[in-house]
Amino acid sequence: MIPELGQFALSLALIAAVVQSVLPMMGAARGNALWMRSAQASALAQFALIAFAFAALMRSYIVSDFTVVNVVNNSHSLKPMIYKVAGTWGNHEGSLLLWVFILAGFGAAVAFFGRNIPEALKARTLSVQAWISVGFISFMLFTSNPFTRVFPPPLDGNDLNPLLQDIGLAIHPPLLYVGYVGFSIVFSFAVAALIEGRVDPAWARWVRPWTLAAWTALSAGIGLGSWWAYYELGWGGWWFWDPVENVSFMPWLLGTALLHSAIVTEKRDTFKSWTILLAILTFSLSLLGTFIVRSGLLTSVHAFAVDPERGIYILGLLFVSIGGSLALFAWRAPSMEGGGLFAPISREAGLLINNLLLATATATVLFGTLYPLFLEAVTGDKISVGPPFFNAGFIPIMLPLLLVMGIGPFLSWKRADIGGVLSRLKLAFAIAVIAALVVWYITTGGPVLAIIAMGVSVWLLVATAQEWIKRVKLFQPGAVARIHRQPRASHGMTLAHLGVAILAMGATGSSAWKEDIVTFASPGTQVEIAGFELTFESIERQQGPNYIAQVATLNVTRDGDFVTKLYPERRDYPAAGSTTTESSIRQTLAGDLYTSIAEPAAEGAKGQWTLRVLYEPLVNFLWIGTAFLVLGGGLSLSDRRLRVGAPRKSKAAPVGATPAE
Amino acid sequence: MKRLLFALPLLVALIIGGFAIWGLSGGRDPSALPSVLISQPVPQLDLGPIEGVDRPGLTTADISRMEGIKLLNVFASWCAPCRAEHPNLTRLGQEEGLTLIGINYKDKPEAAAKWLEELGNPYTALGSDYAGRAGIDLGISGVPETFIIDADGIIRHRFAGPVVGDGLKRFMDALDEVRK
Repeated sequence: MIPELGQFALSLALIAAVVQSVLPMMGAARGNALWMRSAQASALAQFALIAFAFAALMRSYIVSDFTVVNVVNNSHSLKPMIYKVAGTWGNHEGSLLLWVFILAGFGAAVAFFGRNIPEALKARTLSVQAWISVGFISFMLFTSNPFTRVFPPPLDGNDLNPLLQDIGLAIHPPLLYVGYVGFSIVFSFAVAALIEGRVDPAWARWVRPWTLAAWTALSAGIGLGSWWAYYELGWGGWWFWDPVENVSFMPWLLGTALLHSAIVTEKRDTFKSWTILLAILTFSLSLLGTFIVRSGLLTSVHAFAVDPERGIYILGLLFVSIGGSLALFAWRAPSMEGGGLFAPISREAGLLINNLLLATATATVLFGTLYPLFLEAVTGDKISVGPPFFNAGFIPIMLPLLLVMGIGPFLSWKRADIGGVLSRLKLAFAIAVIAALVVWYITTGGPVLAIIAMGVSVWLLVATAQEWIKRVKLFQPGAVARIHRQPRASHGMTLAHLGVAILAMGATGSSAWKEDIVTFASPGTQVEIAGFELTFESIERQQGPNYIAQVATLNVTRDGDFVTKLYPERRDYPAAGSTTTESSIRQTLAGDLYTSIAEPAAEGAKGQWTLRVLYEPLVNFLWIGTAFLVLGGGLSLSDRRLRVGAPRKSKAAPVGATPAE
Repeated sequence: MKRLLFALPLLVALIIGGFAIWGLSGGRDPSALPSVLISQPVPQLDLGPIEGVDRPGLTTADISRMEGIKLLNVFASWCAPCRAEHPNLTRLGQEEGLTLIGINYKDKPEAAAKWLEELGNPYTALGSDYAGRAGIDLGISGVPETFIIDADGIIRHRFAGPVVGDGLKRFMDALDEVRK
């Protein structure tokens, strides 16, 4: 009964979305206040209905209702409860429901919190948001219904892919989706502004908190996904430039650009059409991601069950939403420019460079991701584009970006004094050069690009800290009060920029100076890596709740002194007929000693195991840096100037010495 | 000019969309694996017979001596999809006059013998690849996999997965391609 109610709620949500997509838009065109206000009621109703449907599906998972096909295919009665719950979104249909749930959630949030947004803009924004809802709810109802029943019901389910049975799955996709789908509301704001034909600083101020919220969630989601791949999946790496990783990274890159260009639109009333374009493209890239993951257009380790028919449907949705919004942009945006002028050396110019670099980086990743498709279409050759391309294309764009990031926050609006700024940064420059030389010495001349990258990261770290010290006048009396008085958003910027510097160090260290040994091992085998000696002592069989594990014991010493013991595992899941590796890691700030075991390659080699040992220097800087990014985003979001309900006229925003955030 | 600039994003999006439509249509299979062995002779194989099965073993020289188009099928008794495709391959051998060659991959001889007894043995020659060495030489990613070898002993197509349902249709298309 409950699954039918869930399906019924979903159908009602579609009706609510249809009403919401038409009535408020007409109301805004005719100046009918009642019709405009209906958007709020329908947005809240739509959200409540989808929430009910989502809860209904989750219940089916919790009670292991094997009359529902979706549950049969992705769950098992013996599975721990948390994975039963997480199984709700660990598959195509369920994750789509989560997608729509978050989409409606953002609409409802604007309806509920956006009290100070002008009635017409709000009505149009919610209408546009509902267009997306209509597309995706109908997609779900017609091609991917999560509530389909099966008769007779099987005795037990097929179990969820054991790789996905991890705490990472419980939180990683929802966070990623909040990020991805969160950009939908920014997109809706942009399209509403295009329909209205007006973009002003106030518009940028309403849009910024939503952008920031989506961006923060996406940062956390990508960071977690990377952490998950590294620790859980036993892949021995944290980023693979896989198509599915790329499609989550592109909205992040462009969203970062949007975050910065919206500041310029808010503070200086310029970059308008560019900001609108970024808002449209950021969400378009999120949609592209949804499309690629579910259509099987490109092969990936992450892809859901592939179905070209679904692909055609989503492609239709993409054509309408992306094509429609970009056509609207081409039609309405040319008459939109204007606003403040600025000198070639100014904060505006700095942010322009930031935007150009980020947009170029996004284009590089997009090209690399789609290149195999282009090539196959033109020549019929099948290739995959791997890390060499992305490293060669992406890093040279990132280095100047980090360089400019150090300078940007020092620049003032309209016109800045570059000589003064650079003389202030002499210290940072000197420290960066010394750091690069130290790295060069320690690594005995390691890769030049990596040494430069370390220098540039240190530069950004010191310059950012220096800017903060100067801004709060840390060494003069009353610094604590000044820190309190300054807008939180400006502290947020400092934190986020520090995060980028730390992240860059981690990325450089763990990719340039990684050591990797793969060997056959049996009890007694010894391996040496990065100054550690590992001894393979024994291997044992253990019984888990729904798996059987082989656990190895490794003794780690350095210069003859005992360091630690590591216990990598290999698990067999009989119900799902598959296996996973559980790595065992010694974590320190300097680097991770990472071990994992796999079954021997040859059947005849009894008692032999494939042992993989990695040393990844500075890899934990990645997670620390990501934490800084997320904290910075959260801190900015808590700024009362950004709070959606905060009453403040844009005219009152001080121009000139305000720090960027 | 300015208008053209503003229409540029739309243009790029439409071009990407065009490629995507191509990518989704025309029976293109993104998971179809190209093999470096295509248009190459069969790699050096020297496999002994399966104990208890009345068929000779398998060497590359034997294969090149056989006439007509041959299907080299890599299978195992522990593999359920292999069981599913077995009747289809048997029928193909009879109706299309193809020679079936089998490689029994990482399998116990007694299990393989029992499996063949139960389902029938359409193979002209059968090699036992207990160590999985031939599997590596052929670059297979799992079982079942079937290679189409032409009259000259050249590998013309690699098919990963069971030859059933939609897969059977694609396999027949590939076979027609080879026959041309």
